[in-house]
Amino acid sequence: MLDELSYYHQAILHLAALITLSSFLMLGQSRLLRLIGVFAAQGFLLSASTALVAQTHDFPHLYISALLSLLLKGLLIPMMLYRLVMRMNLHREMDTVEHPAGVMMGGATLVVFSYYVCLPIVKLSPLMTLNTISVSLAVVLLGMLLMITRRHAVAQVVGFMSIENGLFFAAVVSTMGMPMVVELGIAFDVLVAAVIFGIFFFHIRSSIDSLDVDRLSKLSEVEE
Amino acid sequence: MAWILAILQTLLFIGGAPLLAGWIKMLKCWLQNRNAPSLLQPYRDLRKLWRKESILPESASWIFTAAPYLVFTVAVLTAAVVPLVAVDLPSARIIDVFGLVGFFALARTFLVLAGMDIGTAFGGMGSSREMTISSLAEPAMLMVVFTLAMSAGTTNLSMGMDYVLDSGLVLRPSFVFALGSLMLVAVAETGRVPVDNPATHLELTMIHEAMILEYSGRYLALMEWASQIKLMLYGVLIANIFFPWYIGRDFSPAALGQGLLAIMLKLALLSVLLALSETLLAKMRIFRVQEYLSFAYLLGVLGMLSHIILEVYYA
Amino acid sequence: MILYLAYLSLLAALLSAGVSLLTDRREYLSCGIKRLRARTAGWLPLSGKTVAWLDRCLEPDFYALLLRHLPFVLLGISGVAAVLVGAVELSGDFSASATLPLGLPWLHWHVRIDALSGFFFCVLGLPLVAVSLFGPGYVREFEDSKAHALAILGFFTGLFVAGMEMVLLADDAFFFMIAWEWMSVASYFLVAYHHEQSASRRASFLYLLMAEIGALCIILGFGVLVAFSGGFTFDALREVQLTPLWASAAFVLALLGFGMKAGLVPIHAWLPEAHPAAPSHISALMSGVMLKIAVYGFLRFIWDLLPEMFWEWGVLVLVTGASSAILGILYALQQQNLKRLLAYSSVENIGIIFTSLGLAIIFFSTGYPQFGALGLLAGLLHCFNHALFKTLLFLGAGCVLHQTHEINLEKMGGLIHRMPKLAALFLVGTLSISALPPLNGFVSEWLTLQAALQATHLESGVLRSLIPTAAAVLALTGALGVACFVKVYGVAFLGLPRSLHIAHAHEVNDMGMLAGPALLALCCVLFGVFPTPLIDGIRGVIEKLTGAVLPNVTALGWLWVTPVDAKMASYSPILVLISLLVAGALCYYLLHRGNYFKPRRAEPWDCGFGGLNARMQYTSGAFSMPVRRIFNPVYKISETLDAQTEDPEHWRVTALKYQFQVEDKSWYALYQPTGQAVTHLARRLGRIQTGSIRTYLGYSFVTLIFLLWVIS
Repeated sequence: MLDELSYYHQAILHLAALITLSSFLMLGQSRLLRLIGVFAAQGFLLSASTALVAQTHDFPHLYISALLSLLLKGLLIPMMLYRLVMRMNLHREMDTVEHPAGVMMGGATLVVFSYYVCLPIVKLSPLMTLNTISVSLAVVLLGMLLMITRRHAVAQVVGFMSIENGLFFAAVVSTMGMPMVVELGIAFDVLVAAVIFGIFFFHIRSSIDSLDVDRLSKLSEVEE
Repeated sequence: MAWILAILQTLLFIGGAPLLAGWIKMLKCWLQNRNAPSLLQPYRDLRKLWRKESILPESASWIFTAAPYLVFTVAVLTAAVVPLVAVDLPSARIIDVFGLVGFFALARTFLVLAGMDIGTAFGGMGSSREMTISSLAEPAMLMVVFTLAMSAGTTNLSMGMDYVLDSGLVLRPSFVFALGSLMLVAVAETGRVPVDNPATHLELTMIHEAMILEYSGRYLALMEWASQIKLMLYGVLIANIFFPWYIGRDFSPAALGQGLLAIMLKLALLSVLLALSETLLAKMRIFRVQEYLSFAYLLGVLGMLSHIILEVYYA
Repeated sequence: MILYLAYLSLLAALLSAGVSLLTDRREYLSCGIKRLRARTAGWLPLSGKTVAWLDRCLEPDFYALLLRHLPFVLLGISGVAAVLVGAVELSGDFSASATLPLGLPWLHWHVRIDALSGFFFCVLGLPLVAVSLFGPGYVREFEDSKAHALAILGFFTGLFVAGMEMVLLADDAFFFMIAWEWMSVASYFLVAYHHEQSASRRASFLYLLMAEIGALCIILGFGVLVAFSGGFTFDALREVQLTPLWASAAFVLALLGFGMKAGLVPIHAWLPEAHPAAPSHISALMSGVMLKIAVYGFLRFIWDLLPEMFWEWGVLVLVTGASSAILGILYALQQQNLKRLLAYSSVENIGIIFTSLGLAIIFFSTGYPQFGALGLLAGLLHCFNHALFKTLLFLGAGCVLHQTHEINLEKMGGLIHRMPKLAALFLVGTLSISALPPLNGFVSEWLTLQAALQATHLESGVLRSLIPTAAAVLALTGALGVACFVKVYGVAFLGLPRSLHIAHAHEVNDMGMLAGPALLALCCVLFGVFPTPLIDGIRGVIEKLTGAVLPNVTALGWLWVTPVDAKMASYSPILVLISLLVAGALCYYLLHRGNYFKPRRAEPWDCGFGGLNARMQYTSGAFSMPVRRIFNPVYKISETLDAQTEDPEHWRVTALKYQFQVEDKSWYALYQPTGQAVTHLARRLGRIQTGSIRTYLGYSFVTLIFLLWVIS
């Protein structure tokens, strides 16, 4: 049971639960700035759990990836997105979900589903923290759901980044992190992706005068 | 002996409720740079109402006059069930948490019926809103109960507290979510900012006040007192379920004294939280309350899921 | 012995049907008796007293009075006998069976009475007694009406009750289906009783159609069992060996068939049409009792006849039940017609019952018979409770309808001042159906939640997260149920009257019309405060049905209900009541102690403008507006807002007219498309009917050739 675990483990479980919560918060957030804020919080939680794993299992190199995710996901990317939103004067725009309750229930179902999928893996191993692997899968799925349900390109980018967060979390808690090189590579990939997205936004905006991705379907061959 | 203690604890509960209301009022005044009234002001208000003449509307039926007694009595009964300074009192066995929810519903039913009895627009308005909000709060409350009961294996309040005490300090993600959810529900159910404003008498925004608008004198005193008891009930529930430490585990004077001190301290701290949130937040539009309460429900669901996913260990 | 009691009940019902036929036949009867007396005068001397008595009976006024009361007296006897059957069955093991020399030559009707049917006899009996008290006063208004023959009403009422009792008695598939159809057809005529209204005709046709489709599903379900067992009696069917696939097919057919009758979402749309269309005491029987007969059929089929269960079935029943519960109450909340509202609330309560049955199936099939028994207990208890309070509420609505000829909530108000006794009885029903402690509705809903809580013991995490979600839906249902019935009571009985005829209403004269609801209200309180004897009885029923026992449910004595264990949860309704009374009395004493406390009457606060009137109150539609708006996607709402303006710029609005109508989505999503598909298909098929005689001859010819080929 839970009380047999050390407090470190319990804290990791807490962080896992909070990361899921942050994914749900992103799912329900209609204001872009707050969305970015929650995303930054998720970055912080991720880095905190990485640091905790590093502390518990004594993997010093995880401290570096904790620092990296803190800087990149907690600070740099959110700040870039924030400035982007402010510069494009989007901070008053609402990107509401059509059926918020339905989407939330769908999200909860996804969590149960990812638990169900991961159950065989979890049962194989006595490692308690492996339970969190279903949480990370859920974060990935919730990120996809976020991308599906939103129209605004910025929200979609946030969804994409949170998918990456989920993968990163899975790597940290189940295999105690990836080799340093891979991690650095991914980190920079994400950064580059963020930059490219930023440029991309300006392009879409200048060509269709909006960031509503539904408008991008104009190229469709099918006549409406 | 134990039953006498239970009755004494109930009396303490009823007597202490206005004090808590006074303390919250005081905190809010301090936070808002106002001169605070005395801590005993709610008692004075009750005494003042007690002495005033009671006026009944002409169209009122017996439901209107019976409602204050019923609402107050049910509040007293609820107070008897919730452990305040000691666990394992026999009164906690009368009914469990679901029953507590049932009691709240019973009191609310009569409050709402009384609101509709006179046939003014305000009564109906308050009643309609109250029923809507409480309906939406119920699933969230149930999720909280389920999450806690899944860990503790009981819906009996006293046994649940025993479980938390016996297992020592364990960080349970599910409890964190349940705590958050219960706090949100408590704010909605007791009619505090941002759902309802207990201080408002602006006719179109009030909910609780709209229903008891026609009460005066002793009837009003009973109604006010009952709502103070209800506020304290939620406070005690939150304090004693999630942080039951130092509650009296036997009936020795030392344990009881320690329990009394502990609950006073816990409630005082919780009040700070409430006063802060009431000062910082503005009242919501009525149709925003559903989002607020569905967030509470979401927290409850996440609590339950994190119990199932993270806290159950497969050997 | 117990069978004879059941026969007595059945015969009394049939006799009541027969006697009602004599209404309006006074002339024939008196002629016949005169002739008979003339013929038999020689060898059968009648004493003067008997002759006088006969003559008095045949006086027009007394005859009418007699014929109005006699069928209901017989129904009452039937009800009392049914309650006795139930009480005897619940108190011990008295199952008995027999074969009646009726039916097909090689398949006589098998009857049997056991604990389960005994319990449902009880569910049938109590409301029936109340209805028999209520009936004579209520049907008075039909006495002089040309269009509504009292004879027809009484005849089909008797047949309807007899049909339900036969369903409970049946012990073979054949007799079961006959009884089932008997019940459906008799109730069809009752729904069609107000046949001069087109809505009634439409409702009754829809009802018959759905009843027949349901019956077809049940026949097919039995067909699966019979095909694999080779006998029609239930004894033979119990031995059936089925593959999981065939078992599931039989289960789905039974769920469809019985669920159709019980009014499960999404096939419920006929129910709120049909139940309110009948006279109120019939609506009470249909909602209060007939739906329970459907539950009985489901239980008999699933637990008694099918050899095993699978948890997937439980999930299906759970989800259907939970969605019926929530949708039923959401629609009930938006109804303005009181009887329609009550009918929708029946959908909700059936949903709650099926939710607990679903829990029971899940627990039984995953190897936790004790918790399964708890779910079953909750479901059966709710059946009983719902029969009580729903009948009470329908009879109450009947009283209002009888006195004011008004059933629209928007026109009511303030009835508590005009009909104080009825208002008090209706309040008991309102509180019971809202599942408030310490009344009976709370006990069963509490047990349902306790059963759901046992989900922690299940291995499957998916089930463990599904069941709490269903329970949360139940909680929402419960809370909305309170809102719904608070609305009913607040709008109909409290406030100011919203129309003239309501303002001039007065209490019913006929004592029986109050005695019926009063009996039920008493039962609601009694079984709420002392649920343990009943729970003990039902525990026996469950033990005989499934073999599962609930060891601890009354372990702490009759004061306490402890579903699983005293450590898990306990509830003592009597202590709740006592402490409520004591604390209330103390509170009252303190308030009135010492100085003279006499509240003064004054006008309510009108914002200083004056002239408060009944039109300023919140209406029924306004009360439920927030729910309508929040749960908007569930409804099909059509709203119109007409603003009349005076000045040319249309700035100054002088009058506003707002209308809204809430319609059932399942009607448009399921019923209409199905209807259209059937019409379409029929039109396609109709093409083979060319109308030419030669074509028909050709069909016969081809058939003949085909048959000859088959034979060879």
